[in-house]
Amino acid sequence: MSVDATLSFEEAMEKYDPVLGFEVHVELNTKTKMFSSAPNVFGDEPNTNVNEVDLGMPGVLPVVNKAAVESSIKIGLALNCKIAESCRFARKNYFYPDTPKNFQTSQYDEPIAYDGYLDIELEDGTVFRVEIERAHMEEDAGKLTHMGGATGRIQGADYSLVDYNRSGVPLVEIVTKPIEGAGSRAPELAKAYVAAVREIVKNLGVSDAKMERGNVRCDANVSLRPHGQERFGIRSETKNVNSLRAVEHAVRYEIQRHAAVLDSGQPIIQETRHWHEDTRSTTSGRPKSDADDYRYFPEPDLVPVVASREWVEELRATLPEPPAERRKRLKEAWGYSDLEFRDVVNAGVMDSIEETIAAGASADVARKWWMGEIVGRAKVADVEPGELGVTPQVIVELNKLVEDGKINNKMATQVLDGVLAGEGAPAEIVEKRGLAVVSDDGPLLEAIDAALAAQPDVAEKIRGGKVQAIGAIVGGVMKATRGQADAGRVRELILEKLGVQG
Amino acid sequence: MTDLKNELIRHSAADLAAKLAAGDVSAVEVTQAHLDRIADVDPQVNAFLHVNSEEALAVAAEVDATRAAGGSAGEELHALAGVPIAVKDLIVTIGQPTTAGSKILEGWHSPYDATVVKKLRAAKMPILGKTNLDEFAMGSSTEHSAYGPTRNPWDLNRIPGGSGGGSAAAVAAFEAPLALGTDTGGSIRQPGAVTGTVGMKPTYGAVSRYGAIAMASSLDQIGPVARTVLDSALLQEVIGGHDPFDSTSLTDPFNNLVAAARVGNVAGMKIGIIKELHGEGYQAGVENRFNESLQNLKDAGAEIVGVSCPNLKYALGAYYLIMPSEVSSNLAKFDGVRYGMRVLPTEGPMTIERVMGATRAAGFGDEVKRRIILGTYALSAGYYDAYYGSAQKVRTLIQRDFDAAFAQADVLISPTAPTTAFKLGEKLDDPLAMYLNDVATIPANLAGIPGLSLPGGLADEDGLPVGIQLLAPAREDARLYRVGAVLESILEEKWGGPMLSKAPDLKNAALGAVSNSAGGSN
Repeated sequence: MSVDATLSFEEAMEKYDPVLGFEVHVELNTKTKMFSSAPNVFGDEPNTNVNEVDLGMPGVLPVVNKAAVESSIKIGLALNCKIAESCRFARKNYFYPDTPKNFQTSQYDEPIAYDGYLDIELEDGTVFRVEIERAHMEEDAGKLTHMGGATGRIQGADYSLVDYNRSGVPLVEIVTKPIEGAGSRAPELAKAYVAAVREIVKNLGVSDAKMERGNVRCDANVSLRPHGQERFGIRSETKNVNSLRAVEHAVRYEIQRHAAVLDSGQPIIQETRHWHEDTRSTTSGRPKSDADDYRYFPEPDLVPVVASREWVEELRATLPEPPAERRKRLKEAWGYSDLEFRDVVNAGVMDSIEETIAAGASADVARKWWMGEIVGRAKVADVEPGELGVTPQVIVELNKLVEDGKINNKMATQVLDGVLAGEGAPAEIVEKRGLAVVSDDGPLLEAIDAALAAQPDVAEKIRGGKVQAIGAIVGGVMKATRGQADAGRVRELILEKLGVQG
Repeated sequence: MTDLKNELIRHSAADLAAKLAAGDVSAVEVTQAHLDRIADVDPQVNAFLHVNSEEALAVAAEVDATRAAGGSAGEELHALAGVPIAVKDLIVTIGQPTTAGSKILEGWHSPYDATVVKKLRAAKMPILGKTNLDEFAMGSSTEHSAYGPTRNPWDLNRIPGGSGGGSAAAVAAFEAPLALGTDTGGSIRQPGAVTGTVGMKPTYGAVSRYGAIAMASSLDQIGPVARTVLDSALLQEVIGGHDPFDSTSLTDPFNNLVAAARVGNVAGMKIGIIKELHGEGYQAGVENRFNESLQNLKDAGAEIVGVSCPNLKYALGAYYLIMPSEVSSNLAKFDGVRYGMRVLPTEGPMTIERVMGATRAAGFGDEVKRRIILGTYALSAGYYDAYYGSAQKVRTLIQRDFDAAFAQADVLISPTAPTTAFKLGEKLDDPLAMYLNDVATIPANLAGIPGLSLPGGLADEDGLPVGIQLLAPAREDARLYRVGAVLESILEEKWGGPMLSKAPDLKNAALGAVSNSAGGSN
């Protein structure tokens, strides 16, 4: 595999202006497939979630999945698109063994959603508007695995295996208009755009939106033109860039590669490129011209999809608050700093915190528990924080126990462990485990006397003014009381006893 | 016994149903009589690609047992339960091979039943077997079958029409009282015309297409093949109705077909002669029988009016763009990857494209390849608007022509085919001459309207059957049965019985006169 020359990103930016374009494929999480009643489930035994329609058997006919149309309309609305009152499917004809009919049923000149936009907020708060050209419905192809050969590609393989479980899974393809003016922020914008689309479809509940499973797949188009030139340069299309980080890196790499090619006076070849995560570079795929002839024609086995205005408005009314707006609203309401809020979002506990606050906790208490205790435990258990088993009620109850002085923070974490171990509600655990803050000074004084007697040299140091040595005595007391003492009170009592000023 | 059998196979489906219900005969006797007839004459006729004796007899025995047990189960039996039927081999069936008349599907068994087959099973109609056809239903003579031509029972040296020559010949030769056909440009009606049988193409969407191997999706329609108008109506009521597996199937049923066939009254009806579909280019004997039919309808009280559908002159051209375009896409799935024949290239690199290419080169016949190439070209970028786009516009114009014609007449009438059955081999090397045989049937497919062909008599010059075609507006299939029944009864009265009784007795036919490519096991 030859390594392509690249220019440094900075140098590329000095000379050229990047233009981007994205095709994002979203797999819908409908119960059944786009055109058949076979289950739409990921990860099962190959070729089990198929029926005669998905296998392209002779005589079969497609039937449109209404739930998929509904999801597509929702996506269109969330992308601020117009929804076609009537639109047709079309056949895209090409021979390839992952497509059992040797044509893909897609939409061509009549997409269900068109002319939209998405406002993308970059990390520093800059808002960049990305125009959406269209979002159309289609079916996914089967999955090919090429066996033998060095590259895992079809060239040089001994044979290939086809899994048609994915064949016919409903897809919505979202196509942007050319994105101009991003300049050096192009890689960042690329990542933020795909992240925003992923978040939107997840928030709508129409896709599982897991990029690592291919639920959201991005093809990134990049071209460069010299500063001041209006006409677009020739583009490359990097296929299946399947993580947010990879989107950023791939766009960055292609900008650098294009710049080097253009600098050397060569033309860019219009082609698809393959992204390689290991080398963080792309390699040449197949030539792609605008004249690729798929012999599109209207799918004669299906009647047009009609989206009545009433239906569209009904669906619009069910749309959840857009994620970006919601984040803005919550951050303000909770009073978190930028950093605090970003950590909350990145840890994936924004929803949990919102629910916990709704259950009666303050914003700070909710954050303290979720970020301080639960996120770490979830990481150890290798689950999402929200799936660990801690309900907002548990946190509210724990917090109340602490606020009422019934337990201290250290005990509260033990109670949390008890809850996770299935020992019951917090109050029950406090009782069962015999946890309670010892607030009567009598037993504490006895323990202090014992601790001082056990370490007379330390007691002497403290008397001599070395107050920082007090930790050893406090530790002894805490050990004797099995952590149930209030450490602050213990310190006070020790100093009092020894007649030293804290 | 032989006479009883002979008598049994000559009954209409309606008569057989009555005899079965009355207990005069058993379903096993009826089914066995037809299986025996197939064994006797099919070596000459070659109507069947597969005979399904065991299952057919089992279904018949089940019907007999249910009837013998009496009670509610016996009463709930469908009227046609125990009446056997043949199925065109374009329609998929569990338990029998489905070839579509092509080498590329040789030996393939469908894992699922077509919706119409499910309905036949639900009605407990024994399926006698699968009938021959032009490969993937492309042809007007059955000569394009990869399994040898079917022969016309009226003259074994002549074609039985196509693509559904097998179904029509089976019914004409008394091998089956009923059969299923498919009609994309006349494949039910033209074979009906040249074999002296009744063939009905229902309104597009009236019968589910699920499980009929697609030729041209926007034109294909499954329909009945029978010997009488009433039998056709009975069968359409079995197979018709909405199917959630076919998005193009109509949602509102129209099941007054049998009643219409029994009423048979044309008094006061306006029958329109389509100016463009008779006269020049039509055989004299065909014209004569057509004119006679008009007179008969007039005598029965109908008013005959002339109508014009000027855009029909573009119908054949539009059809031969739309049909092959859809064919080129529908037949793409036959690539040797998942089922059917797989042929490896004999030289050069072994790539998937080359395996697909070698398979399709070896598996498809010339007519299929011709249409795939035509359609691929017509859909190509830069040509789409001029070809496919223009053809769709013509289609709209033809639909408007029919709308206007039906404003003047309740039913339209024409000869079904311009000629009687031609000789085997006569048009095989001249595709355009072959295509012209469908000039009168194609318009109904383009417009989605129903069309019925029924016997109109024998042509004077060759003594071969002439077909009369009736057309009605979409969803008005009942009108065709109503008018057809009248015409049929007038003609039968005149002939003193069904026209098919004049057909030669096949068992006495000298096979020596038949060229050796068919059957040949006698």
